[in-house]
Amino acid sequence: METAMSFAQREATSDMPPRRLLGAYLEEARTECLRYMRAPGFMLPIMLFPAMFYLLFGVLMAKSEGVDAGRFLLASYGVFGVMSPGLFGFGVSLALERDGGLLTFKRALPMPPGAYLLGKMLMAMAAATVVILLLLMLALSLGHVVLTPVQMVALLLTGALGVLPFCALGMFVGTLIKGQGAPGMLQLIYLPMSFMSGLWFPLPMLPKFLQKIAPVWPSYHLDQLALAAVGLRQGVLWPHMLVLLGFAVAFLLLATRRLRRAG
Amino acid sequence: MTLSSPAVARLDRAVKRYGRLTALDGADLVVRRGELLALLGPNGAGKTTAIGLLLGLIRADAGTVELFGQDPQQIQARRRIGVMLQDAALPPTLRVGELLRLTASYYPNPRQLAETAALAGVTDLLKRPYAKLSGGQQRRVQFALALCGRPELLFLDEPTVGMDIEARQKLWVAIRQLLAEGCSVLLTTHYLEEAEALADRVCVMSRGRMIHEGTVEALRTRVALKRIRCLSALTVDTLRGWPEVSEVWQESERLHITTADAEIVVRRLLDADAQLRELEVQRAGLAEAFTELTRDADEASDTDQREAA
Repeated sequence: METAMSFAQREATSDMPPRRLLGAYLEEARTECLRYMRAPGFMLPIMLFPAMFYLLFGVLMAKSEGVDAGRFLLASYGVFGVMSPGLFGFGVSLALERDGGLLTFKRALPMPPGAYLLGKMLMAMAAATVVILLLLMLALSLGHVVLTPVQMVALLLTGALGVLPFCALGMFVGTLIKGQGAPGMLQLIYLPMSFMSGLWFPLPMLPKFLQKIAPVWPSYHLDQLALAAVGLRQGVLWPHMLVLLGFAVAFLLLATRRLRRAG
Repeated sequence: MTLSSPAVARLDRAVKRYGRLTALDGADLVVRRGELLALLGPNGAGKTTAIGLLLGLIRADAGTVELFGQDPQQIQARRRIGVMLQDAALPPTLRVGELLRLTASYYPNPRQLAETAALAGVTDLLKRPYAKLSGGQQRRVQFALALCGRPELLFLDEPTVGMDIEARQKLWVAIRQLLAEGCSVLLTTHYLEEAEALADRVCVMSRGRMIHEGTVEALRTRVALKRIRCLSALTVDTLRGWPEVSEVWQESERLHITTADAEIVVRRLLDADAQLRELEVQRAGLAEAFTELTRDADEASDTDQREAA
């Protein structure tokens, strides 16, 4: 009887008060950010690479092309830069942690559902915001680009939210490949996709066939949104948003299904 | 803790297949409140799979898996367990205190940080980054993570691998303290002396099944083998010819004989060699019992296979 009593009492204690549950999510996100801030070797190249690219091609080489070229390149290199925290920050770290057994350990623990992924997602969003901030600073100071505050905020938002479909894609690849193989695979996706979406050279300069299939790539749609944010594109935007949302949901579902099966 | 104590974890005819390999073949296991059950078995016996099922990491193909009467994939069930896995690469840049705070945040009613640290002996490590710790210190931190949520059931998978003797003894003390508080423990280990020192019951696995379950004492007496050691002029080959001798080998000068009929063998030895010296007779330890059990199981299943073929 006594044991039955204590069993019932314990039953009650295995419920989490909502405040503690929220605390667990926050703690997970906080430590996820902390650990990468302390390991700059992982995130810094991811964030600086696009800025360096922009400095070379967008600022130094595009000087003669006029102000519009500067803005155009700010948008497309911004998209190029936002993709990488998603694909690499999310995908590679997931692949490494599956390999090292950390994910297994966390799955055995009573970590609230999704806290691990949410932590990584916030981390990627923060990194994407930093990437856009860096590019904005370069564009406004060295690139002589002129933007209204609304345009700047719009571009920042596009970056912070636009990283999410690439998080989902990175996550999916991270569930397919364990450990050190993931970065190579992700490069194979990242670079060609950027090129074929017109992020390096404007789409009209690419072969007709590539122009035709460009809407297949999520980066193409994000580029359209980024161009609209800096005032270089008019027209309806929701189809692009919908495509990105659908892309994110599809890969998220695929990835969680694989995670549940393969761990 | 008696047979009537409620089960905190249970496998009932659990089956798990990976392709053509059957990792668990109808395994039964019960961990009762307040006891330490040691799960033993050679590599590939299915221990890791059994634990994976109980932690909700994998799903059984058939049979029942329960943690506190619930599906282990229910988070409510896992809020009552603590876990120390064999290899989990924890975030290297996080400090020990941060790791503890994070893990404790998953539980409804965790221990205070200082209490956890004192129990696991990591108080002096709290400010250190995890990567800067020695292997033994990292194991202690992993143990601290396992107990920080005030669990009712602890899973300890090879907890003392990589620890020196002193650290191992300290961990044993901490485990006994948790048991005294009413916590149950499921321990897997390769060190039989660890099972002997800590376990109320042992469960021996071989080829995906439980082949023995009982107290440490019962396991030892079940195997009636004795070990005889002596210095003698008799050769290994001669002794091998004796029907009572089940195993014999020589180490430097000393003969090591295992037998179920120690009295007969000793009499024959003394008859055959009047110069025999330094005679010792000992009850076989858990190690011999364990080897014998798993070998029997292997032979039995080999016979099964031959009969089936």
